[in-house]
Amino acid sequence: MKITKEQVEHVANLARLNLTEEEKEQMTTDMEVIIEFANRINEINIDNINPTAHIIPINNVFREDTVNPSFSRDELLSNAPNKENGCFSVPRIVE
Amino acid sequence: MDLIKMTAHELKDKLESKEISSVDITKSYIDRIDKVESSVNAYITLTTTQALARAEEIDDKRAKGETLGSLAGITIGIKDNMCTKGIKTTCASKMLEDFVPPYNATVIDKLNNEGAVLLGKLNMDEFAMGSSNENSYFHKTMNPWDLTRVPGGSSGGSAAAVAANEAVFTLGSDTGGSIRQPAHYCGVVGMKPTYGTVSRYGLVAFASSLDQIGPLTKDVEDMALVLNAITGYDKLDSSSYNKKYEDFSENLKKDIKGKKVALPKEYFSDGIQPEIKEKVIDVAKKLEELGAIVEEVSMNMTDLALPAYYLISSAEASSNLARYDGVKYGYRAKNYDNLVDLYKQTRDEGFGKEVKRRIMLGTYALSSGYYDAYYKKAQQVRTLIKNEFDKVFEKYDIILTPTGPSTAFKIGEKINNPIEMYMNDICTVPINIAGVPALSMNCGFDSNNMPIGVQFISKAFNESTILQMAYAYEQNRDLPNITPQI
Repeated sequence: MKITKEQVEHVANLARLNLTEEEKEQMTTDMEVIIEFANRINEINIDNINPTAHIIPINNVFREDTVNPSFSRDELLSNAPNKENGCFSVPRIVE
Repeated sequence: MDLIKMTAHELKDKLESKEISSVDITKSYIDRIDKVESSVNAYITLTTTQALARAEEIDDKRAKGETLGSLAGITIGIKDNMCTKGIKTTCASKMLEDFVPPYNATVIDKLNNEGAVLLGKLNMDEFAMGSSNENSYFHKTMNPWDLTRVPGGSSGGSAAAVAANEAVFTLGSDTGGSIRQPAHYCGVVGMKPTYGTVSRYGLVAFASSLDQIGPLTKDVEDMALVLNAITGYDKLDSSSYNKKYEDFSENLKKDIKGKKVALPKEYFSDGIQPEIKEKVIDVAKKLEELGAIVEEVSMNMTDLALPAYYLISSAEASSNLARYDGVKYGYRAKNYDNLVDLYKQTRDEGFGKEVKRRIMLGTYALSSGYYDAYYKKAQQVRTLIKNEFDKVFEKYDIILTPTGPSTAFKIGEKINNPIEMYMNDICTVPINIAGVPALSMNCGFDSNNMPIGVQFISKAFNESTILQMAYAYEQNRDLPNITPQI
């Protein structure tokens, strides 16, 4: 299956990756090979089979709604690349 | 008495009889690391100063007659994708180069409660994606048996550290073979327990429906000991399975007479190195001598497991890794125009080549127009694979296979060919897809004296049968007396 540079650019945008021109070229070649390999699963007809998301017999997991200690603001901000006044800081998004 | 060569259960006996102290063990390991780490490069971060203080604390407690945990004074290493409070957890990525978790993974709390002494955090393929450790942002780990070869991956540091006697045991994580394949390459025991058996809380997520933490040890008895310490229900992990877990050491030494072993012919195809097939067949013969019944079976779905695995794992990875956006923690790009550009630039600079490849594949497989053909279809294949395992386990206790198609390859040999690299996982991924437990252990060497692994697989929550069979084999195996180069 042919993968085009436009498809790579579209998927990179969905994945929020700013690929360089060189990366785009390499990715086009790599994805073509990998998707061709993955397409082996399309060689069999299994329309009537139910999909399995994970294998153990657990469905919904409920717990009592109780108050427990949580992390302090400082702890949670300790790894932030940029913070201000006790908040995560990002570029302005509303003019 | 060479402490670094001893297993955890041997050290435990000597500690309990006060023949040696925790400080003795820790010092021996620090010396060993000083001596060989520059050649092996198994660790990313060393915590030897804290380790010594911890060992002293345990010796004090022992002197006072306090009750100690099952691993008190045993020196260990942890793969660098499990959160350690106050100690860097990098996932071998530039993205998390300076990340210091404010909490411990559940497995870390459990090991701390049992008194284990942490020597450091171990190298891996970035975000656990890879089969050679060549995808680490920091450095390559070498195979202690031959320093020009890879240790396997992604838990390559965890396997190399045990093989080079740089830790008594280690923890790794296994999404498609990341514990068992490096155990096979480095000649150690490695186990992926049943999905849901060990809490994933604090394990940096790769593919959530497949990821499972497990130990790498020097022998099978240690495997049982460490599993006892880390398994169990955890309310902090909603995929953790709530049941009473047995004592894995209890039935370890029972005889295996009458156990039924299946050899699936698809795992002995032309793609498997002939020496590997030969040694694995020898294991089957040995088990037969010990009273097991061995039969050949067929598992037709085996070929579909690898493509289904790469679709499912990449799709889940693309979703899990969306959190690395340069805002809450981790790397942030220096130059960007606006918020979206900050995300894009941060992710392009922070992730390595293989991680980006998987994110792209996963995003593609989940994108509009392709979801049914790829992600959903792969989930349907998962049903077929799981059913096939269930069917074999109706008649058999164990499935016996090679752990990988080849022994450890040379550094750089496969790095530019993604498909060839992915093929290394061909014998291990079906197990993750079916969610069942499997163990790899050494069963001989190839003509280059590189270790060969045999894989024992059993049905879900049946770790004890695997351990029993593996123990019986270990007690009776006949291996040449060769040791790692280092």
